[in-house]
Amino acid sequence: MAKRDSAADLVGLLTIEGQDLAAAWVREVSGSLGGRVGTAELDRELRELYDALVDALRQGATDVHSEQMSEIRALLTELSRNRARQGFSPTETAISVFALKRVLEPVLQDGTADQIRAYLQFNGILDGLGLFAIETYTQTRDELIAAQAEQLLELSTPVVRLWDGVIAVPLVGTLDSARTQVVMEKLLQALVDTGSEQAIIDITGVPAVDTQVAQHLLKTIVAARLMGAECTVSGISPQIAQTIVALGIEFDDIVTKASLADALKLALRRSGVDLVAHEGAQR
Amino acid sequence: MSERLPILRIGDILLVSVQFDLEDQMVLNLQEDLANEIVAKSARGVVIDISALEIVDSFVGRMLATVAAISRVLDARTVVVGMRPAVAITLVELGLSLGGVSTALDLEKGLAKLRQPTSSALR
Repeated sequence: MAKRDSAADLVGLLTIEGQDLAAAWVREVSGSLGGRVGTAELDRELRELYDALVDALRQGATDVHSEQMSEIRALLTELSRNRARQGFSPTETAISVFALKRVLEPVLQDGTADQIRAYLQFNGILDGLGLFAIETYTQTRDELIAAQAEQLLELSTPVVRLWDGVIAVPLVGTLDSARTQVVMEKLLQALVDTGSEQAIIDITGVPAVDTQVAQHLLKTIVAARLMGAECTVSGISPQIAQTIVALGIEFDDIVTKASLADALKLALRRSGVDLVAHEGAQR
Repeated sequence: MSERLPILRIGDILLVSVQFDLEDQMVLNLQEDLANEIVAKSARGVVIDISALEIVDSFVGRMLATVAAISRVLDARTVVVGMRPAVAITLVELGLSLGGVSTALDLEKGLAKLRQPTSSALR
């Protein structure tokens, strides 16, 4: 029956008569969060957690993953998720759990041997809960990042029609395999949809070009050529031109232009359009 | 005896429209028939329409390159028209860039390309 006894000790530790430990806990946590969570909300969250914790201990829960702790896990998950979404740091999330240790510290001053043993055991449980909170926090953050990456993927690859038979893709941001794949598919589909024979890939907004990015670009251009369209790469900054030469990347017979305007001029010439400036025209 | 693809003649241009996935033997037959037809009809150009193909494997890819090479020897130009985006991506991933094969978006543009006098590409 040693287990029962320790459970009783744990519950005893958390429910000292005449003391509102939950209130002390809330004070401790709200101090560390610097008032960024409303006191009323914090009070509700932590009291729920506290009550659930006492309940679970009463039922003989011994660690985070035991069955009796399922309610605590649910509450902690919600708390960690909220913290992650509101932009709190992992420390600030975990402190919500660990602060309870500090609240219980006074017990140690003049506690009996049983109480101290119970405190140490409870410490272990709290550590488990804290780690669980951080784990959930990280998971939520990862989900957020994944969702944002997906949004970015959709946002940043428009195909625009510049002229009859001339389309352009202004690329912005770093290119990786996933993005290039999307760009490639969109560009090729746009060629079919608009019946364009000239495509311009503008990399003005691409901060750096390495061998991998160049490889991706080349693939896209070869694929467009297979379908019967000509690709021009434009928007190559002096910096990137130097990098390309330093890396020894060969663009072979692919036409590259410094600016989108030059590329458009070429595309128009290739599709048989003549641009004539009228004298005295308003600029 | 396996099926053979029909080869149509428009003026001095030969047109092959591939409507379904090809078996290897048909590919070989097509290569042979085209060579014969180019000589018999003294054709100046060959248009191969693959707009109905959803899958092009390396064998068909190589056939296209071979047909282009054969017709070049016989003084005819080959244009492959109507390649789908997915097919183009697959060929690039396979490392087949079909060097020496002209391409066009659709049949109309392909025929227009053959009518143009050969000139070095604009840069």
